Amino acid sequence: MLKIQNLRVQFQTRNGPVDAVRGIDLMLGRGETLGIVGESGSGKSVTAFSILQILDQGGRIVSGELNYSGVDLSNASERDLNDIRGREISMIFQNPRAALNPIRKVGHQIEDVLRHHAQATVQDARAKAIAALKEVQIKDAEARYHAYPFELSGGMCQRVVIALALACKPQLLIADEPTTGLDVTTQKTVMDLIQALAHERQMGVILITHDLGLAGQYCDRLVVMKDGAVVESGAPETLGRSATHAYTQRLVAATPHPGKTLHELVLGGTETPVPDQGDVLLSAQNVTKTYVGKSGPVHALKGVSFDLRQGGCLGLVGESGSGKSTVSSIIARLQDPTDGAILFEGASLLDTSAKKFARDPRRPQVQMVFQDATDSLNPRHSAAQSIAEPLRHLGNLTNIQRRDRVHELAEQVGLPSPLLTRLPHQLSEGQKARVGIARALAVSPKLLILDEPTAALDVSIQAIVLNLLATLRHQLNLTYLFVSHDLAVIQMLCDSVAVMRQGQIEEMGETSQVLNAPETAYTRSLIDAAPVPIM
Amino acid sequence: MRARLIIARLIQAIPVVIGVVVITFILTRALPGDPAVYFAGDAADEASIQQVRETLGLDKPLPHQFLQYVRDLVRGDWGNSLSTGQPVLADLARRLPASLELTLLALLLSCAIAIPLGVMAATSPGSWKDHLCRVLVTAGVSLPTFFTGILLVYVFYYLLDIVPSPLGRLDFIYIEPDSITGFYLIDGALTGDWETFRGAAKQLVLPATTMAIFTLAPIARMTRASMLTALSSDFIRTARAAGLARRKILMGYALRNALLPVVTTLGMVFSFALGANVLVEKVFAWPGIGSYAVDALVASDYAAVQGFVLAMALLFVALNLIIDLVYALIDPRIGFDS
Repeated sequence: MLKIQNLRVQFQTRNGPVDAVRGIDLMLGRGETLGIVGESGSGKSVTAFSILQILDQGGRIVSGELNYSGVDLSNASERDLNDIRGREISMIFQNPRAALNPIRKVGHQIEDVLRHHAQATVQDARAKAIAALKEVQIKDAEARYHAYPFELSGGMCQRVVIALALACKPQLLIADEPTTGLDVTTQKTVMDLIQALAHERQMGVILITHDLGLAGQYCDRLVVMKDGAVVESGAPETLGRSATHAYTQRLVAATPHPGKTLHELVLGGTETPVPDQGDVLLSAQNVTKTYVGKSGPVHALKGVSFDLRQGGCLGLVGESGSGKSTVSSIIARLQDPTDGAILFEGASLLDTSAKKFARDPRRPQVQMVFQDATDSLNPRHSAAQSIAEPLRHLGNLTNIQRRDRVHELAEQVGLPSPLLTRLPHQLSEGQKARVGIARALAVSPKLLILDEPTAALDVSIQAIVLNLLATLRHQLNLTYLFVSHDLAVIQMLCDSVAVMRQGQIEEMGETSQVLNAPETAYTRSLIDAAPVPIM
Repeated sequence: MRARLIIARLIQAIPVVIGVVVITFILTRALPGDPAVYFAGDAADEASIQQVRETLGLDKPLPHQFLQYVRDLVRGDWGNSLSTGQPVLADLARRLPASLELTLLALLLSCAIAIPLGVMAATSPGSWKDHLCRVLVTAGVSLPTFFTGILLVYVFYYLLDIVPSPLGRLDFIYIEPDSITGFYLIDGALTGDWETFRGAAKQLVLPATTMAIFTLAPIARMTRASMLTALSSDFIRTARAAGLARRKILMGYALRNALLPVVTTLGMVFSFALGANVLVEKVFAWPGIGSYAVDALVASDYAAVQGFVLAMALLFVALNLIIDLVYALIDPRIGFDS
């Protein structure tokens, strides 16, 4: 149905042309699901945009043939393309909320597409739009028809995007990271929905994702891309078991799944010993947090208690809105709880209010590593300045001592010292993550709060960063509070885990115990929703 | 639901109005000089000044004076202007429509040119259209209004002679229309007096164009910038992938999303245009509120200045209210209470 031959795409940048896609070949049959897997910058999205000819400005197809059911897409007129887009080939995107027009009712957006492709008239457009919403299993579709995107949850928005894409019954659906940013349980329902609809309509699907596990579970065939070229392709099982290309092997290894150990993520990795646990370092007792909302109080935390021993690592896992970030920011003393107690080495941390905690002598002992390595670095500070920043305020070192300390830290986190003078935009994602960790370590903390430190990273970099964290924990005898939505990651790094849901701890215990024999249905559903590994 | 929100927003405007009244009161009391001396005139002696002071209530304590001032304001007594001898409220009622008619028409003209210009520039950044837009905008903002005004008069009145003499709102051969709204164009149309309508329109062309050229820049710039942002956002890509027509994407999806910052700019431009058109009013002998205020200031005409400040402040409060309401119309995400 779709045949791509020797596709080359070039982007004009200030530093001259850059090849985003360097001659790839793809084939897709009717009713087949093809997975394109690759890390950021591999050219997988550009390939998808080329099929629909919706490349951003500056992007240009240099050569190649894009043949869809006998139509040459690269030479088709804009008019013909507009007939094909949405009716023959549709696309769904990552970040569903942004993919919808924020100030137009979702029902009207679906109508726009239906009416444009002459699939509906003024009279029956509304009924057809509601039918399209019903088909993606949106409850109460008549009411949702009048909703604006900001009134819907992320998962609901993605359903609307799917409804919009499938309204005109296309033959080919391109799904570009359709579940990035969604919770695992939502990810599962969305992917199951796409799979069911594709099956029902005999629709071809191209699934573009960075998640090898996800692709393996839902695709008939996989294509692995790197630097704009296809490195390997084949059935998921074969790729998982016997990948021939070194990059695929690395990718397969780096994909976390239950039962894997940390050093297995990196080819040739060695096991890091786990530090011995000492006395209780941190104790949270019945911590509650209530926000004043527009429609009454919002109970973000409804009494959370846990103990964390010196040298231990507690994983906080939960879906968005479960309160895990609120817990971490309260313990990091960035905000005050409404009620409850937090003891650090037996003394209450709440004696000093969050506002004044920056001057508390215990401030250096509790440090935080933030989720987005890029956003949490000052874009105008060099790596060295960023790392030295806490030393400037919390330590009393001379300039020379401070410089030596920065170099020492850089060495600890594996950041080559020539990179220290670079600004964040001149560093790679993995290097920025290292800067963030070095900055948190600068004042020799005892407790490190890690708020989804690898969520924005590619799997291969995630693997390295996770191993780095394990090594540092051992070397410096650190205690970790690790916040994540990913059970597979928690399973490898943490010795105990607390599953959070709606502001409460649903289940807590030894990691292996909770994951292998969960006591609550909710924990069970979280474990089940994670993609089944292909290898 | 929406009606209740609008009422809530109206109630929020009340403290601002009260604040404005207090400030105008204090401002006039804080200005140097004794109003009684001015009101009594040059030839007055000590006794008659004291008499004026008593009739004006200036010998009473400040809180008492304030109450008096507020009572007068509510009753519609904004005092008499020294220089015109008329009640200030009557002066303002006659002159404010003249300024508003000019400013609104200028802004309408400006938007009609600037928004399409901005959209055109944003759809092909870096092209000759974009550069054309930039040149026009820079030229417009760098020429002062009194210069463009005189240039236009020179070319279109003196050289080409296709517009009437640039003196006031109506040529002497026409009769003023019956005052309904005070806007000559509207009054002319309402009474069916098309002769006057045409006459008033002819007088308006040059000053309105002068102001439009000046106000073009911020609107076009903002339209271009916010259109660029809107066009690069994810939902435009979705719309393109769904095969929607270019026109629909541009006008229905991108422009409506880009309009919010444009409306903000429009409000600001309107505010400064109303203040800045003093120069235009002077060049075209336009009997507007700007020239009235300047004359009053020069003549130390307290009541008139006070009335002008109060009227302008109320106008801005109303303007901000309208902008907020327009926001809510454009963007469903905005609640009035946030």
